[in-house]
Amino acid sequence: MVESKSVTSPNTKNRPLSPHLTIYKPQITSVLSISHRITGMFLACGLAFLVLTLWFAAYSPSCYTTIVEYAGTWWGIGLLMAWTLAFFYHFLNGMRHLFWDAGHGFELDVVTRSGGIVLVGTPVLTFLVWYMLLLG
Amino acid sequence: MSIRTSLAKVRGLGSAKDGTHHWWMQRVTAIALMPLFIWAVFALLNVPLSDVPALNAWMKGPVKALLLGIFICVACYHGKLGMQVVIEDYVHRCFRKHVFLMINAFVFTLLAGMGVLAILKLHLM
Repeated sequence: MVESKSVTSPNTKNRPLSPHLTIYKPQITSVLSISHRITGMFLACGLAFLVLTLWFAAYSPSCYTTIVEYAGTWWGIGLLMAWTLAFFYHFLNGMRHLFWDAGHGFELDVVTRSGGIVLVGTPVLTFLVWYMLLLG
Repeated sequence: MSIRTSLAKVRGLGSAKDGTHHWWMQRVTAIALMPLFIWAVFALLNVPLSDVPALNAWMKGPVKALLLGIFICVACYHGKLGMQVVIEDYVHRCFRKHVFLMINAFVFTLLAGMGVLAILKLHLM
C-alpha cells in the first residue's frame, strides 16, 4: 500500500514493496484468519441492530412492530441466518484462538484439522438453531 | 510517589504503553461471552418477540434482564476492542485514525448505555 502521507514513512512513495496479499495462494490458515475479522465486524453490526431493536421496544413500540414484521420477511430471515452463521464461525474460531493463546495446536496438521472442525461446525450449529427456531 | 525506577515502570508496556491490557481484556471478554452468547441464543428461541407486551413479560424475570444487560455490555466491550484493532491496522493516517478510534469508543459506549436503559425500562414497565 503506497501512502504518500503515511505516519511512519513520509519518503517511501517510489520504493519497491514486498510481495503483498494478492500474490499468495489462499490457504485455510489465511482465509480463516481474515474471516474471523470480517465476521467480527459483521457481528458488531448485529449487536448495534440488537440494541436498536431493544431501544425501539422500550421507547417506540410502533418501530418495534415494524422491525419484527421485516424480520419475518425472507430477507430478514436471511440476514438473521447470516448473523447466526457469523456468530458460530466467530465462536468456534475464537476457541481456536484461545487454544493458541494457551500455546497449543500450532502444528500445521493440527491447525488444518481445527480449521476443518470450524468449517464443519459452523453450518451444523447454525442449522440446529434454525431447525429449533422454525420447526421446534 | 513510587520508588520504582523508570525502566521498571516501562518494562513490558511496549509501544502502545498499556502492555498486554488490550490483548488480555479481549480474551477475558471472549471467555465471558461464550456462556452469555449461548444463553442468549437459546433464550432467543423462547422469547416471544411478536409484540412489546410479550417481550415485557419475558423481561420481567430479573435473571433474564440481568444476563441480557451483562451480555450487551460485555459484547460492546469486546466489539470495541476488536474494531479498535481493525482501525489501528487499516487506517494509516494519524489524524483520521484517531478520529476513527474515538468514534469507535463513543459508538460502543452509546450502544451499551442504550441497551442497559432499554432493558431497564422493559424490565420495570
